[in-house]
Amino acid sequence: MQIKPILAALRRHRLATLLIAMEIALACAVLCNACFLVARRWTMIQINSGVDESSLAVLTVNGFDPNQAADVNARMLTGLRSIPGVQSATLISEVPFGPQTGAAGVTHEPGDFKNLIGVVDFVLAGPGTFKALGLKLVEGRLPQPDDYRPATSFLPDDAQVLVTRQWAEHAWPGENPLGKDFWCDKMHFRVMGVVDHYARAQPSQYDLQQGEWTVFTPVVPGGSLAGTYLLRARPQDVQRVLQAARAAVPKIAPDVVLDQDNSKTLGDLRMNYFKTDRIMIGLLLGVVVLMLGVTALGIVGLTSFWVAQRRKQIGIRRAIGATRGDILRYFQTENFLIVTFGIALGMLLAFVLNAVLMKFYELPHLPLYYLPVGALVLWGLGQLAVLGPALRAAAVPPVVATRSV
Amino acid sequence: MFAYYLDLALRSLKRNRVLTALMVLAIAVGIGACMTTLTVVHLLSGDPLPGKSSTLFFPQVDPENPVVGGSTEPRPAMDYRSAMDLWNAHRADRQAIITSSPVKVRLPDSGQPPLLPSMLSTSADFFPMFDVPFQYGSGWSADDDAHHARVAVISADLNQKLFGGANSVGRILRVRDADMRIVGVLKPWRPTPLFYDPWSQNFSKSEDVFAPFTSSMEINKGNFQAYTCWHVPPSMGDLQNADCVWVWLWVELDSPAKVRDYARFLDDYANTQKSLGRFAVGSEHARLRDLMTWLTYRGQVPGDVRLQAWLASAFLVICLFNAVGLLLAKFLRRSGEIGVRRALGASRGAIFAQCLVEAGLIGLLGGGFGWLLTLFGLWLVRQQPVDYAHLAHLDTAMFLVTFVLAVGTSLLAGLIPALRASRVVPGWQLKAL
Repeated sequence: MQIKPILAALRRHRLATLLIAMEIALACAVLCNACFLVARRWTMIQINSGVDESSLAVLTVNGFDPNQAADVNARMLTGLRSIPGVQSATLISEVPFGPQTGAAGVTHEPGDFKNLIGVVDFVLAGPGTFKALGLKLVEGRLPQPDDYRPATSFLPDDAQVLVTRQWAEHAWPGENPLGKDFWCDKMHFRVMGVVDHYARAQPSQYDLQQGEWTVFTPVVPGGSLAGTYLLRARPQDVQRVLQAARAAVPKIAPDVVLDQDNSKTLGDLRMNYFKTDRIMIGLLLGVVVLMLGVTALGIVGLTSFWVAQRRKQIGIRRAIGATRGDILRYFQTENFLIVTFGIALGMLLAFVLNAVLMKFYELPHLPLYYLPVGALVLWGLGQLAVLGPALRAAAVPPVVATRSV
Repeated sequence: MFAYYLDLALRSLKRNRVLTALMVLAIAVGIGACMTTLTVVHLLSGDPLPGKSSTLFFPQVDPENPVVGGSTEPRPAMDYRSAMDLWNAHRADRQAIITSSPVKVRLPDSGQPPLLPSMLSTSADFFPMFDVPFQYGSGWSADDDAHHARVAVISADLNQKLFGGANSVGRILRVRDADMRIVGVLKPWRPTPLFYDPWSQNFSKSEDVFAPFTSSMEINKGNFQAYTCWHVPPSMGDLQNADCVWVWLWVELDSPAKVRDYARFLDDYANTQKSLGRFAVGSEHARLRDLMTWLTYRGQVPGDVRLQAWLASAFLVICLFNAVGLLLAKFLRRSGEIGVRRALGASRGAIFAQCLVEAGLIGLLGGGFGWLLTLFGLWLVRQQPVDYAHLAHLDTAMFLVTFVLAVGTSLLAGLIPALRASRVVPGWQLKAL
């Protein structure tokens, strides 16, 4: 295929060519960035909570005084365990996708404020909770009965804890985390075990690498560990058990208030937590599809115009020996050249857009592999859009050349 | 002449219905997407207290000592002592000290299960300062504040729940373990955004129980929540002596001179506290923003909404390029016709005007369909589980913007093609005929 005559023809239609190229460029920039945003949210939604979500539910009650905590716990645990189908009822301070209760900055040295390692979620948990959650221990040991310490204020003063692999790799990169110490203000913690995965309460799409900065802290029930109960049942029973538990609260403890919003199965909590992200994914994809549609439309419109305008020239080319395939390929090549020009512009634009997004939304750089994929999509789109008009052009009979109009 | 151009435009649009439909559709979809998101942004960035917001200020100092992580802005609340110091100075025309906490509420001697609404602890000026509307009764007095009176104001919502909407002024409400006399019931009041609360969700509901700050410190002792702490408090919820931020102030300052004075007072306070060794940073972290500046700084429009608006705008630009291309094809296809008109004496300006009328007509049609799509889009937004969903309605201003944007966009799109068409050389076209 000769490219020179095509370029010569395009030079006579600079404005229209530029328009299509600009449209492609914008589409390329938006496509790459929108897909990048979708991919990030998708990764977020897929986060591994590390717990047996399908078997777990959480029940929260409020409205009792700290000095009643032990009493409320005892009554609630007894009452909940007597519900048929409940495999276990234990104490926990927060669950993945529920409200965050205990985030705090931690350091390598006591009382240090300048050099934070990071802000972690301290999950306070009573006896039996580790097993109920279904966490997978990869290193170290499980909490033993005397690892459970009292927490009167926020955290125990000194405790052996389990951390996630993600946090261990951040805090002690390349080192064995077992036996390592860290501090929250003047409170001391030592790592006794590492779990595979355990998501924090409110993971955010803006720090995907921190979604599992969780510290599992064994605590004696009472004090600050009261009012939130983890229920475990067979997956098919969870919903029913939770309903029964919610209904039983007024009988078990008439003086507390059931927190309706935060008494759900973990599956429902997860659904709720990512609702807006799912909507945003749908919206982004919707816009991408519409945008590609509009772009294709523009190509169809302009190419149709060109075909109509060049009917006579096409007839002459056909009369002096060009095959239908030649004409078809002419328009296809022309489109390929314009789209390529558009994509080249679009890649620049994609990086500009990415830079803007990075400024406002704490996003990382657009990974480079988005660009060739975006280019392929747009080449495909261009070829698809040009096919109809090009086929019509190829169907122009040579006899047109002999007619005056 | 305009009527003639309109007639020509209509004829031209009818001649190629598919192309016309495609152009109208592209503009309509672009306008629909753009206007839906812009309307949401417009509604979310509205002024919650028009006419009054410029006299309301949010004073901030930074009690964090030492400053964790090197932040350059103060926290959105203060510790108890700083807030009380500023409050006790009485330097503003009106001032409200505020914090919020969950509290157990029930009617004494009733079988109803207890409720756990949020209680706003504040002072008497809160109600007149923020134009809070009352259904029954009124707010409490400064005297009640001073005497730790057991009085409360409740929301319309809570009044409905507890008293079936009847006038409950004078009734007794058990708030945790204290009996409080209801002195006022609000009309349904949902300030959007919830401007006075610096750390709530922007578009959540306001509190159900309002009580004097002084009294609620006693009533709900141990149940207060900190925004953040830089030392772990000795007992959770007991924050009056803790190194935590959880109380904030709003002040009303009626003249620029008073604003300057108050800003100076705030700077002096911060510097004094620094020299006393209580603050790590002085006036560098003291702020006095007015309501709208504060809301902008705080970013009241959610990030997702802004992202959607950006995306929709990019989409509209693509639709614009598309319209330019299609209009160009449409006008130049009629080069022969234009040549004849030019040969018969039509000026370039006349051709230009004729083309623009056609472009404007397409814009008007696109705007009409775009308006319908916007209504549909806003309906979709209202179905979403977001806390601003109830706000998503098209107001008159945005209705007009829809059409201005649609016609403006298509005129802009028609500009270059019209210019091109008006440059058609009559001679060539006539020869080709």
